[in-house]
Amino acid sequence: MSTAGTGRETSLKIVGGRFCNEQGIESDNVALLIRNGRIAATGLAAGQATADETFNAEGCIIAPGFIDLSCNLREPGNGQKGNIFSETRAAAHGGFTTVCASPETSPVNDSSAVTHLIMDMAALHSPIHVLPVGAITRGLEGDLLSDMAGLAAAGCVAVGNGSKCVRNARILRRCMAYARTFGLTVMFNPENQALAADGYAHDGLVASRLGLLGIPEVAETTAVMEMILLAEETGVRLHLSQLSCARSVDMLAAARERGVTVTADVAMHQLVFTDKALAGYDSRFHVRPPLRSEEDRKALIAGIRSGVIDAIVSQHQPHDSAAKQAPVAATEPGLSSVESVLSLGLELVSQAELTLGTLVRALTHGPASIIGSRASLAEGAVADLCIFDPDAHWTPGANTLVSAGRHAPVIGRELPGIVRLTLAAGKTAWQHPAN
Amino acid sequence: MNANDLYPNDLQLTRDGQLRHFLTLDGLGRDILTDILDTADSFIEVGERTIKNVPLLRGRTVVNLFFESSTRTRSTFELAAKRLSADVLNLDINTSATSKGETLSDTLLNLEAMASDMFVVRHSQSGAPHFIAESVTPGVAIINAGDGRHAHPTQAMLDMLTIRQHKNQFEGLRVAIVGDILHSRVARSQIRALNELGTSDIRVIAPGTLLPKDVDSLGCTVEYDMAKGMKDLDVVIMLRLQKERMEGALLPSEREFYRLYGLNREKLALAHPDCIVMHPGPINRGVEIESAVADGPQSVILNQVTNGIAIRMAVMSMAMGGQVAERQQRQSGEAGA
Repeated sequence: MSTAGTGRETSLKIVGGRFCNEQGIESDNVALLIRNGRIAATGLAAGQATADETFNAEGCIIAPGFIDLSCNLREPGNGQKGNIFSETRAAAHGGFTTVCASPETSPVNDSSAVTHLIMDMAALHSPIHVLPVGAITRGLEGDLLSDMAGLAAAGCVAVGNGSKCVRNARILRRCMAYARTFGLTVMFNPENQALAADGYAHDGLVASRLGLLGIPEVAETTAVMEMILLAEETGVRLHLSQLSCARSVDMLAAARERGVTVTADVAMHQLVFTDKALAGYDSRFHVRPPLRSEEDRKALIAGIRSGVIDAIVSQHQPHDSAAKQAPVAATEPGLSSVESVLSLGLELVSQAELTLGTLVRALTHGPASIIGSRASLAEGAVADLCIFDPDAHWTPGANTLVSAGRHAPVIGRELPGIVRLTLAAGKTAWQHPAN
Repeated sequence: MNANDLYPNDLQLTRDGQLRHFLTLDGLGRDILTDILDTADSFIEVGERTIKNVPLLRGRTVVNLFFESSTRTRSTFELAAKRLSADVLNLDINTSATSKGETLSDTLLNLEAMASDMFVVRHSQSGAPHFIAESVTPGVAIINAGDGRHAHPTQAMLDMLTIRQHKNQFEGLRVAIVGDILHSRVARSQIRALNELGTSDIRVIAPGTLLPKDVDSLGCTVEYDMAKGMKDLDVVIMLRLQKERMEGALLPSEREFYRLYGLNREKLALAHPDCIVMHPGPINRGVEIESAVADGPQSVILNQVTNGIAIRMAVMSMAMGGQVAERQQRQSGEAGA
């Protein structure tokens, strides 16, 4: 694991505020003492200890640092869209202390050399933990296996194919069988390329009306079923990234019921928006998989509530402005989303679609379990923390975003939830200027 | 779902509800559609004079910006602009030129430097005129001459004008659109116009591979069997079938398509005896329509072409009027402040 720091020399005491655990039970914080990058003491013991600095968390929620299973840092290779310096700071602004870096870089992260490069750059430039995901096929081409064991040894937490399809089921099966040998988790975005074809919007009424080329629901569901069956046969630990369809959630639940080791995540924007967001050809909402119907959105929320879907991710995809300034078909997919995940989630909480505990679980314990990590506020744990004020508001705008990508899902609308302090291994990764 | 939900109206209408761009029929009410038809009617009379010009756009520059090739649509737009006394510049920007790396935004910036008053835009990507209207300098009107699969609003309006000339009204009509609905921007705009103008029996007749998802929610009923769909029709609109549809496994062969969905005299006989036959052109004789029908007494295909000039004159003069009114408002607002 690339740790952001070796721990602070000075100690920090956090007083006030409330903890939120995954059951959503909140308890008052007396004090939390952080020393040498770890939580050194809690409760009365911490309260009586002396520390070099004190942070007053009055009115705030104290949660484990958020973990993002799908984040594009764009480095190496796409500096015009963002880099490790800018995007990890954006993530820290969003309360994340760990991001899994997508293998879709240039060059692709399909060798230990690229993995080392990413981790070295992260050690230099990132205030948070960066965990690379390796490419499961060479160049993400879907034809040849990558050196998976080498990637894992170099520090990759999982192997996957980014947003690219593995078209050939025989190769997919071999990818899984080979990854299984080393106990690696495989991450796939389920999409049948032949069915998705040239599409870029949900194949439904909105696409029909606006004349956009559709990606049918079956492009995802047939891939989900194929991947589940292959995982069941090979015994690999399968993680399905960024589901978008109600029926995928049903198939996932059924597979888990019969004991298949399969987990899944969903992007926050899939829980908030539907294909109607493309109204007026708003190319920001050209995302992949596409935003689907209200029924799909509801089913994905229900999947998070029941725990069938383990994690909420940002699927952060920063772009330069040219990539988004064109008719929808000519734009690149993806939102600059990592800074607004918490706020959009808190809106769902205020609309009673999620509870605060469920939201926090899907951003902490859920993703932690998939990458074999822990999210904890217990004594002795690594001090990865997010302290946010759920009742304070901010308005995302071109000048309030830290990311190089300005195409946030919500611009100019007041959102709840300000991250006051993000600590990664005890070090300040983000502190709100107003503190 | 309301059409207005998908297409914010403030882009193509001024605050007073006047047309300032013409991008889609979504969000335009019956009054404005009727206004376009009535204005076009008055221009038909102009076309019958010896001197066919009116000075409504005198001194204005209209740029025909065609990113996709077209003969009929471009030349009728050109004629319409000239009859309104505008200066016309035709630019055929084929895709190979733009694939050299210049983005649409950059192309536009260059064209705006030429101080044009109106862009007539055809583009292969849905929403391109909308994108241009959002990014263009205020005061420049954008007219959609066909974008991707989305809309071809002037074609739909000239079809409505043709229908009104022959049937006098839209209520109570039985209308069918036959053929490649999936790829057709014309069909989408026609269905929208007919719904708004009061036609309730709108049928689309096509095999399942040539129908868009949830097509019935656009405001029409689906009929796979052409013989059933032709029954009692007042208007039948045939669509052009592109040859490449065979390659994508959408259809087995032209021959089978013609047998099942081509309009011949036998099938036309199932319709009302006064049924008119329409086609946006160019027609494929023997693929979607029999020559005897295309040239027959019920065909109004050439009327459609004539009406195209009048409709385009109407839309161009109305959009320019909206832009001028808005500019005056802006100026008086500035003077007032």
